[in-house]
Amino acid sequence: MATETPLAEHIVLVGVNHTTAPVEIREKIALATGYDQPLPALRQLPGCRECFFLSTCNRVEALIVGAGGNEAAQALAAFFFGNELTESYANFLYRYEEAAAVSHLFTVASSLDSMIIGETQILGQLKAAYRQAAEAGCTGAVLNRLLPKSFTVAKRVRSETGIGLSAVSISYAAVELAKKIFGSLQGKNVLLIGAGEMAELAMEHLLNQKIAAVTVVNRTLARAEALAERFHGQAVAWPELLARIETADIVISSTGATGLILRKEDVIPIMRRRRNRPLFFIDIAVPRDLDPALNELANTYLYDIDDLGGIVDVNRGEREKEAVKARRIVAEETEKFMRWRRSLALNPTILQLRRHIEDISARELAKTTARMPGLSEADYAALERMLAAVAGKILHAPLQYLKQGDAAPEQENKVDVIRRVFGFDDEEPVS
Amino acid sequence: MERMTYLLFDAVLAVTLLTAVVYLAFFIRQNSGLRHVARILMMVSGVLQLLYIFARFSILGVIPLTNPHEAVVFFACATTWAYLTFRWRYKVKNFGAFVSLLVALLLLLAASFPTAFAPPPPVLRSLWLPAHAGLSLAAYSFFSLAFCGGLMYLLQERELKTKRFGYFFSRLPSLDALDQLNSHCLAIGFILLTMGIISGSLWLSQVYGVYWRWGEKEVSSVVIWLIYLLQLHQRFTVGWRGKRAAVMAVIGFAIIVLTLVLVVAPPGGAGIHGN
Repeated sequence: MATETPLAEHIVLVGVNHTTAPVEIREKIALATGYDQPLPALRQLPGCRECFFLSTCNRVEALIVGAGGNEAAQALAAFFFGNELTESYANFLYRYEEAAAVSHLFTVASSLDSMIIGETQILGQLKAAYRQAAEAGCTGAVLNRLLPKSFTVAKRVRSETGIGLSAVSISYAAVELAKKIFGSLQGKNVLLIGAGEMAELAMEHLLNQKIAAVTVVNRTLARAEALAERFHGQAVAWPELLARIETADIVISSTGATGLILRKEDVIPIMRRRRNRPLFFIDIAVPRDLDPALNELANTYLYDIDDLGGIVDVNRGEREKEAVKARRIVAEETEKFMRWRRSLALNPTILQLRRHIEDISARELAKTTARMPGLSEADYAALERMLAAVAGKILHAPLQYLKQGDAAPEQENKVDVIRRVFGFDDEEPVS
Repeated sequence: MERMTYLLFDAVLAVTLLTAVVYLAFFIRQNSGLRHVARILMMVSGVLQLLYIFARFSILGVIPLTNPHEAVVFFACATTWAYLTFRWRYKVKNFGAFVSLLVALLLLLAASFPTAFAPPPPVLRSLWLPAHAGLSLAAYSFFSLAFCGGLMYLLQERELKTKRFGYFFSRLPSLDALDQLNSHCLAIGFILLTMGIISGSLWLSQVYGVYWRWGEKEVSSVVIWLIYLLQLHQRFTVGWRGKRAAVMAVIGFAIIVLTLVLVVAPPGGAGIHGN
């Protein structure tokens, strides 16, 4: 058995998300090929015992349990950016260890780190990623506890705080507004610009409104096709954007573009060709995709995320309060998980102690029986039982001592005391 | 008989005012029971207005469009029935509240004019005159509905554009419904107005021997006709709709009211083509 002294293995999380890296950077690492390639690559990193990989439109993260330290960090950064690794690229990465890594994972799972705080899709994506990692045999004792735990934390946050309300309401508010503009949404055409999870989220309530057709336009056509398939819609290439706006009624934009993709001047001729049929723009991208001046055009209505959020009576202060509550839950659960981690660090000491005594017993038994050739099997067994009983009696008190009380510093002290009393750290551990 | 007629007018006024009050209460409270009551009251008001006009007709022997009072009552009655027929085809949320208020205001205006029966001068005894006045007023009634819809559109559009959702957002219908209302009223109103102008021209030829004079009434009716023609044309060619159509409906109605004051009750007296 390998040495499992406390802190011999680290939980390390490295990643980029929508706030740390622009979409061009994320696209470079968001491996469209899925999980088949990155998981084995992670596995082969030096010192990696367990690994997990998550890739969504808004984030790419790798979670590793293994040897910590700078070397591992370098290897992980290289994993993300390959040969293109430069100083500037490394700046896009964030890196968390141990409690910070656990807390970050719980925050992500609870959708507190999402573009639309409180959206539920991230949980499904996490679960799928976990399934991939587990099937590939990449998870072990730590991740098999940590990831399922993150799902329950997310559920707890959802049920104990109102954080989910604002996300659900964005789609709902979009439908309510659309109804005030168009009356019925039956037969209306919806155009999605950008094929991310945000687009899917916004569609949630619209899909029940008997809309005529959904068209998805995206810079990467393959992604557009994937999303369009879900809505039985049509995917079109980026250059067709303006032509598609002409036939649409509701346009939902959620690209990760850093600048505006549609300006007032682009829409003026379109409105003329549409003979002023109303056009409802919903901009859920951060930063914005659509020119705010679109709202000034006649028969054109533009709403961004904040406008939509403002409709439902969850005001900003209320949302902040809920977020604080959610973060408290995350902190609480992180603390609980880390306590479990420490108890895991305690286990090797218990194991080592038991083995130490067992080893002495076995060695002494062998020495003694070697000088007793006429020993019957029954006598041998009796001797063995006696030694086991002695070992058990000797171990009883120290084990009780180790297992009692779970306050963190006290426990680490106890482990330390036992290790010193039995001289575990002076010699090569018994294997 | 005349006394009875006056009593009938009091009843019209009372029921119509009550209708407006109940519609207003419904608008504020949004209680569907109130709406049901308001709808029935509106029907009763419409029937009473018809009875009143018929009563005056049976006394005068001509279609009662000979003085300001009668003209405004006819206008109110036409608006009521235009609304009732419209409601039968389209549903526009809380439209009744606005229309009932307008009808009530028109009837109050009618009550402010002398209600006495005056035998009409012979020049007004032509059949073309009631045809002309009736058609024109019916056209105006549809334009007045477009006016109410236009006001509602502007209120609702403002909330949608400024993204501040206040009192009206939930109480007013969708922009699309209001725009359809505008288009519907515009089309019907324009046809009626055209027929009204043609019949007016025929009446002129009968009385004065010419089809057209460039008097102020003729000019103002041509102006109104051109305003609505422009709206109709722009709507069906380049798609004038929404806010612009709503503003035009309001402006058109304002000009109609001005003209009506000029024609029906000019500041100097006389009125109704009496000069």
